[in-house]
Amino acid sequence: MGQRVGIEVSIALADAVKLANVDVIAAYPITPQTHIVEHLAELVAEGELDAEYIPVESEHSAMSACLGSSAAGARTFTATAGQGLELMHEVLYVASGMRLPMVMAVANRALSAPLSVWGDHSDAMAVRDTGWIQIFTENGQEVVDQTICAFKITEHHKVLLPVMVHLDGFNLSHVIEPIEMPDEKDVCEFLPFNRSPLTLHPLRPVAMGDFAPPVVFTEAKWAQEQAMLNVKDTILEIWEEFAQKFGRSYKPVECYKCEGAKTLLFTMGSFSETAMTAVDKLRDAGVNVGLIRLRLWRPFPFEEFRAAMKGVETLLVLDRAISSGGPGGPVASEIKAALYNEVEKPRIVSFIGGLGGRDITVTAFEKIIVDGIELAASGSGREYEMVGVRE
Amino acid sequence: MAKPENELTWKDIETGAAVTEPGSAAGYRTGDWRSQRPDYDFSRCLKCGICFVFCPEGCIRQNQRGFYEADLYYCKGCGICAYECPTRVIKMRDEEEK
Ligand code: SF4
Ligand code: SF4
Repeated sequence: MGQRVGIEVSIALADAVKLANVDVIAAYPITPQTHIVEHLAELVAEGELDAEYIPVESEHSAMSACLGSSAAGARTFTATAGQGLELMHEVLYVASGMRLPMVMAVANRALSAPLSVWGDHSDAMAVRDTGWIQIFTENGQEVVDQTICAFKITEHHKVLLPVMVHLDGFNLSHVIEPIEMPDEKDVCEFLPFNRSPLTLHPLRPVAMGDFAPPVVFTEAKWAQEQAMLNVKDTILEIWEEFAQKFGRSYKPVECYKCEGAKTLLFTMGSFSETAMTAVDKLRDAGVNVGLIRLRLWRPFPFEEFRAAMKGVETLLVLDRAISSGGPGGPVASEIKAALYNEVEKPRIVSFIGGLGGRDITVTAFEKIIVDGIELAASGSGREYEMVGVRE
Repeated sequence: MAKPENELTWKDIETGAAVTEPGSAAGYRTGDWRSQRPDYDFSRCLKCGICFVFCPEGCIRQNQRGFYEADLYYCKGCGICAYECPTRVIKMRDEEEK
């Protein structure tokens, strides 16, 4: 059994990376990710972690260094946030296209301008099509557990795709929580080093990231997409194995008080816990409402999500990012797309809130639910509602 | 590759579209957007191979008589060979010139 400690989530994440016994960490500091790599730098400097720590000159370089390290067969980690993730953008496609296993913690942050270092999901949504697996975490325990699982997922021979573990900047990265740190021995057993079948080696020459003319690019992308489509089953297996070993189980879509609920609130990330309190209060007041939380954003768990929508009349989706000029928040528009061909589908109200670190309190969540139910019935004529904006 | 590119199915693609067999970009046959081409007066050629060394496209080969000559399919018409040739064997001509 692991030990329960009070610890800052960023530090716990770094400790989880240490437990995973990484070989290479490339990092450029950016708020609110900084504490993660700072602690890893300390661990390496103090000799507690035998890894190569590469302080690079930008996030673009950090991701490029990770490519090289992963291609050489080393267990690789980096972390970033906000603008840093965007600076990596083009290299993210290279990592997934080359099927290079690696784990990246993303302490989600808003994108400038105006300059904001606080949490929202704009950065994560901007990279949703880069071919990375994206897991959203809700609390410190999940951050630690999912970081460990992420290494197993990324290196699995059926996966070999890079993984982002998302944690809300500040709301999660900078809070101190009680966390059960898994035992080193257990992590070693759960996470044996799984070497990629195709690595750079002087005796087995291989060229990676080659030129693909139009005549073969489609096939290459389809091969990559097939890997992505198979990923969910592998993730489920790995989460199940994790549950057996550590006693905490995870699902791609999780329901809270959904039984018989006609209205569901949909959230991702650390807001889910606050939303739960609002759901509890409204349930006590007789409102028939539940909460549905998405953990796995890429690949999108269509099956599980559609199953959870059976009998639901109203779905209130809270996005922490704007799809500018689009049909609502990025999550809401994907959810609409996922349900469009279903015969029975809920009415969907898209809410955008919590931008740039704006808090959504329990009371605000109650208002979202109450307003949402009303809007679903009456319709507002708008594509989405902006939560708490001063008119 | 075992199969020509245009016959590869997605299942034939290596993980990460890696290439595990030897080969070179020569197979891609790209190089038809040139506006100038090298023109040779081999009577002054020393067969020194300087043009061969400097060609950024690697498209210059020795012909049967031992002279260095560009494979025009790959020549980008940059004129570096003409500039570097010590005996001015090579003149760059516009493509439409005879
Ligand atoms: S013109 Fe440029 S590309 Fe063509 S043969 Fe000369 S050096 Fe090579
Ligand atoms: S550089 Fe000039 S002289 Fe030398 S081989 Fe080439 S064409 Fe001949």
